[in-house]
Amino acid sequence: MTEATAASRSVVVERVMPHPPEKIWRALTQGPLIEAWLMKNDFQPVVGRRFSLRTEPMPHWDGVVDCEVLVLEPHQRLSYRWDASGLQTVVTWTLTAVEGGTRVRMEQLGFGPQDDNNYKGAAYGWQRNIGALEKVVAGLI
Amino acid sequence: MPATANALFTALADPTRRAIFERLSRGGEQTVRVLTEQAGVSQPAVSKHLGVLKLAGLVRDRRDGRQTHYSAQPQALKPLVDWMALYGAFWRDRFDQLEDLLNRMDQ
Repeated sequence: MTEATAASRSVVVERVMPHPPEKIWRALTQGPLIEAWLMKNDFQPVVGRRFSLRTEPMPHWDGVVDCEVLVLEPHQRLSYRWDASGLQTVVTWTLTAVEGGTRVRMEQLGFGPQDDNNYKGAAYGWQRNIGALEKVVAGLI
Repeated sequence: MPATANALFTALADPTRRAIFERLSRGGEQTVRVLTEQAGVSQPAVSKHLGVLKLAGLVRDRRDGRQTHYSAQPQALKPLVDWMALYGAFWRDRFDQLEDLLNRMDQ
């Protein structure tokens, strides 16, 4: 199943894949494998490690994503800061073993060009507060 | 990122401004005085927040004698909606590529 909630507090995509969590974890955390499905990168599986993802520039985006590893729980959870085009977000991958494979969940959360010190608090503040905006946004699409 | 989107995200990053915008979205047009009574901050602070919201296109003002009335302009949220739709499509595409890779990988 694939789901993207365009008008809610975050972008969520979730899908059950017929592969074990360990294998999917490798695809999420090994540089050459990340490049095969996402972008060129200098990722290292170390909390606090800053890295970048690079692709072809396009309108309104120079093709660079500035990242920092925030959470690393092998075979279960991976989270990194994802800053692109002045928008600061956090991408979190959650792997859950299910019958016949693994549920892969990606959540991208947070908006707004906050400064680094305020970033986490502001991102969570936004998450709490955007709920009231949902009805307004829902009327637009 | 267009300047309008930056102004929009900056405007919405502040909880007091979000609260003002939400109140105008739900309650319709209001004066600065009424908004100040509900906001818990001073009238100059409310006016300043309204200025930032106006710059982002989120509110419109209307003079009526000595009073200024503000109303919400929810269509200004469109860059936010576009951004989320764009990332939704982006990630679905990347999920497809991730699955292709997994099918090619050794166990």
